[in-house]
Amino acid sequence: MSLQALTYLIVGLSFTLYIGIAIWSRAHNTGDFYIAGRGVSPIANGMATAADWMSAASFISMAGLIAFLGYDGSVYLMGWTGGYVLLALLLAPYLRKFGKFTVPEFIAERYYSKTARIVAVICLIFISFTYIAGQMRGVGIVFSRFLEVDVTIGLIVGMGVVFTYAVLGGMKGITYTQVAQYCVLIFAYTVPAIFIAIQLTGNPLPQLAFGSDVTGSGTALLDKLDDIVTSLGFNQYTSGTKSTIDVFCITMALMVGTAGLPHVIVRFFTVPKVSDARVSAGYALLFIAILYTTAPAVGAMARYNLINTIQPGEVGAVDGNLSYDERPEWLDTWEKTQLVRFEDKNGDGRIQYYDDTNPDFAEQADSFGWQGNELTVDRDIMVLANPEIAGLPNWVIALVAAGGIAAALSTAAGLLLVISAAVSHDLIKGIFMPHISEKRELLAGRIAAAFAILIAGYLGFDPPGWVAQVVAFAFGLAASSLFPVILMGIFFKRINKEGAIAGMLTGLFFTYGYIEYFKGLFLKWAGAPWGDNVAEHWLFGISPEGIGVIGMLLNFAVAIMVSYLTAPPPERIQHMVEQIRVPRHIEEEHL
Amino acid sequence: MHRKNRMAYWQANLRLVGICLVIWFVCSYGFGVLFVEQMNRIRIGGFQLGFWFAQQGSIYIFVALIFFYAWRMTRIDKRYDVHED
Repeated sequence: MSLQALTYLIVGLSFTLYIGIAIWSRAHNTGDFYIAGRGVSPIANGMATAADWMSAASFISMAGLIAFLGYDGSVYLMGWTGGYVLLALLLAPYLRKFGKFTVPEFIAERYYSKTARIVAVICLIFISFTYIAGQMRGVGIVFSRFLEVDVTIGLIVGMGVVFTYAVLGGMKGITYTQVAQYCVLIFAYTVPAIFIAIQLTGNPLPQLAFGSDVTGSGTALLDKLDDIVTSLGFNQYTSGTKSTIDVFCITMALMVGTAGLPHVIVRFFTVPKVSDARVSAGYALLFIAILYTTAPAVGAMARYNLINTIQPGEVGAVDGNLSYDERPEWLDTWEKTQLVRFEDKNGDGRIQYYDDTNPDFAEQADSFGWQGNELTVDRDIMVLANPEIAGLPNWVIALVAAGGIAAALSTAAGLLLVISAAVSHDLIKGIFMPHISEKRELLAGRIAAAFAILIAGYLGFDPPGWVAQVVAFAFGLAASSLFPVILMGIFFKRINKEGAIAGMLTGLFFTYGYIEYFKGLFLKWAGAPWGDNVAEHWLFGISPEGIGVIGMLLNFAVAIMVSYLTAPPPERIQHMVEQIRVPRHIEEEHL
Repeated sequence: MHRKNRMAYWQANLRLVGICLVIWFVCSYGFGVLFVEQMNRIRIGGFQLGFWFAQQGSIYIFVALIFFYAWRMTRIDKRYDVHED
């Protein structure tokens, strides 16, 4: 069976599974959309949360980014896992005790203000739009490879599929569908990793193979990788080029952003008990960690295999480079998507792949007769291409496509629902038109979702960065806007509505402005980015990906200052905070 | 469930959160970012230790920390008699 037919088959089977489970579990409960988590074991709930959380950025993009960044890729690994610690220790149990359904609802009650709710919705829309823009690019890449078409056509097909999927809607809310998606996703991610780990090192566990010797060489994989990348002028794999402060800030922005991301927080509103909220976060992170500890091994092995394919012989020898006529099939198929490009600059019919921006290597490259790097590999394709590069059987490659589609669709659809709920429930029904009929509320939500897809698609055509980078901007926005006011709402009774509103607005607009200025996000049509995105121009040397940390500090400072300059919150709010701090309900007279 | 008891409960909670966050910080930002070069001088198998903490170790510790916190908090909830039925 051809690869394409096999891919259709496996993707089709996985969809049948999701839809089947959705129908089966509908028949067994009344199908209340928002309380999917109740009555489900913490383990199943953890898997569902993990599937919801791990998106195209985690599945498709992250390992590829690590493959090219090496040590610097650690920011994504620590950043997207460490936030769960903050969530479990600082937010989840208290928000569960509070017992409402959306983040703007919590902010509205704690800060006794409709304005605070509107501001929270604005923050949420900024965050979700940025996040979904990153996802759409990932969806486009999967479909372009899967249908063997140009990435633009892949994106259009993907937009249609995501829209249908989100409007079908019900599927997302059903925990067991997500459990199935988690299983497909993690199986698709780990199987090729295990195969490649055995091929390269003989150790089947990728986490250990990562630190093992390459078969028959007696040298550790990472050391060998360091050798071959530096021999081609690239930066050493195990050390980074980002400054320490930038690595620190990006990691922090991603961690704090995780804990401030509305669609993640909401999952912990709905567990049965306060103590379950703590454990659920643990299970979620456990299931996430399976992928996140495999990813850096995948990254290192993919880089190793890629270079060994292009540069099978000695560096600088005439026949050291792969001849274009003898290129493997995967190179050919990926060229069709425009995501891999080859240009024979020195006309020798062979592929040279090296760092032509490294001035220390220029002379050496010149002496080999190399006239520039000839192969451009989009970083976002590495996970999808990895099994093909390693020559694994076709069914494994098809499986990875199914996993990528599961990851991208589940998160994109989930985000669309968050956006449409924020617009229809929090904004239109909650504030402007309290008496709107349910039918029209639903219609408003659908229109918001359609609108969100169009904007996301537009951003996907000309993305400001790699999938994982764009997604990182969303985390910076969450870290600087929502996280501080939720945290202070629980731990700091003195913060009042004036402080919270001023804090959120400061954090959001500072961070958004910085990203727009240096990278260009929603205002590209108006000429953004205006700034030159290089370290010398950055504030304290912090890149747009890490700037959310400064936004967060500003948010804290402004909120505290403004709160002390204005009247303290009313007594009932102080009682409410006392109440959410303990798991058991306290009678009014004891407060 | 009186005010004094609740204050003591809150203090115990904050102490535990504080300890956990120190470990969280040291294992990720400390070993993996700020002191990564010093840590990299130590080798375990094919890994340089700082690199290992940044790409593997910190994640294992995060998972363990959450379960540890959840377990200790359940005990604290019971000791101060504020646990759910």
